[in-house]
Amino acid sequence: MDVAIIGIGIHPFGRTEGVTGLEQGVHAAREALKDVGLDWNDMEFAYGGSSAAGNADSMVSKLGLTGLQFINVSNGCATGGSALQSAYMAIQSGMFDIGMAVGFDKHPRGAFTVNPEASGLGKWYGDIGMALTPQFFGMKIQRYMHEYDISEDTLIRVAVKNFKNGAKNPNAWRRNAFSYDDVAQSQMVCHPLRKYMFCSPAEGGCAMILCRADKAKQYTSNSVFLKAVAVKTRQFGSFEVFSQSQALDRAPAPTVQASTAAFEMAGIGPEDIDVAQLQDTESGAEIMHMAENGFCADGDQEQWLREGHTEIDGKLPVNTDGGCLANGEPVGASGLRQVYEICLQLRGEAGERQVPNNPKTGYTHVYGAPGLSGVTIMAA
Amino acid sequence: MPSIADQIPIADGLFTWPSNDPRLLGSKCADCGVVTFPAQSGCPACCGEDTEAIELERKGKLWTWTIQGFLPNRPPYEGPETPETFKPFGVGYVELPNQVRVETRIQTEDIAKLRIGMEMDLVVEKFIERDGKDIIAYFFRPADES
Repeated sequence: MDVAIIGIGIHPFGRTEGVTGLEQGVHAAREALKDVGLDWNDMEFAYGGSSAAGNADSMVSKLGLTGLQFINVSNGCATGGSALQSAYMAIQSGMFDIGMAVGFDKHPRGAFTVNPEASGLGKWYGDIGMALTPQFFGMKIQRYMHEYDISEDTLIRVAVKNFKNGAKNPNAWRRNAFSYDDVAQSQMVCHPLRKYMFCSPAEGGCAMILCRADKAKQYTSNSVFLKAVAVKTRQFGSFEVFSQSQALDRAPAPTVQASTAAFEMAGIGPEDIDVAQLQDTESGAEIMHMAENGFCADGDQEQWLREGHTEIDGKLPVNTDGGCLANGEPVGASGLRQVYEICLQLRGEAGERQVPNNPKTGYTHVYGAPGLSGVTIMAA
Repeated sequence: MPSIADQIPIADGLFTWPSNDPRLLGSKCADCGVVTFPAQSGCPACCGEDTEAIELERKGKLWTWTIQGFLPNRPPYEGPETPETFKPFGVGYVELPNQVRVETRIQTEDIAKLRIGMEMDLVVEKFIERDGKDIIAYFFRPADES
């Protein structure tokens, strides 16, 4: 059974003083309902997640105590993607006709604080100063640049592109384009990654209403169809965040597994995708994820960025809404923001940043600690 | 120099101690031979449950690296620096021949010289002082500084 996304809602990303993360989630949920002209009463189920802003299911006290099935989802940076996947399965199973996937968050300023023991790692790992996600990002792209001859120029171009796109997105946090020199001269954070190549923890909320495809028409003529949803965890030998050791033999990243599974499920290939959102926690991640998701060969990113292939008018626009770099990272909402953007693009409602020539297919990808990946493929 | 009795490892079971020639402690799977660090009871490669503790090599090559450019959040960080005294430090993976790649802080006089492939040596030395005792931890250092 196909599944349709019939309604989408967002609370602007960034910093919203005086509004809790939960309230931002509620706002997004109401926007999604309004988008398709439905009421909270019409929802048969919901999957929701937040990593730092409370239990998603407590939203019911504000949205209404209708007695629906509401399940909390917690899967690191892939929380939103996992909520969507759960909602997809709930409809595919035939158990429900219509429901919601929602995510929100509100993180303190500064780098994410990690509790190593919660991830099954020794306390010493944090004590000594190693349990930091920016270090992992720095070390993974460092090795990748060494193996595939990628230069700093490509890292800079990714950041410039995403901030440029973010400036065209009214819901983005960072709405200032940075020049090449701004990025190139920003402070070094974790070599080779500089300040303006990183996203920051942020706030925001996002919600989608999903429905059996054969019933979607009764609600809207604007449906976007989920052709594939896949979530995979790491296998032995892949290079993941918070790994105190690594195997000598490398294995493909969980993104490769999720991407392959999703393309198989959708029955199309990377060359058929018109617009993509790829996890860009920092510039290096977008570069590696271009190849891990099958869009280009390892090492080709240098040429792709130089020739503008991932710009809004390029052959594969990537992170048209500014990605995590311009929107920041509210962990629970991030994956759904990507889906929101693809829906806008496929509905032709992306305004100033609309991909030309009526894109028909879209792709989203998230990566989360401690090594999992979620991919969706959508079609208009 | 404090006596060995006044030097406390940052965690039990990470390296041999007390010792004049400490080694990192890993585990090796009896079924598939895969080595992990720190030692653990199950094998992440073959799902076997039969692992034995082994001492790891003390020399290896730098496989990748970065430089931690800002003072990490406390908690969890317990390093002695203040925002005023903080100096960026190296972190990397050192590949120990035929065993495993180990994540480590890097001690060096010159972080600008870090390169993939450079020879590295294990050092076990003081990290911080706590309650009058030295808390010791493992690091790797470029072999040409040993």
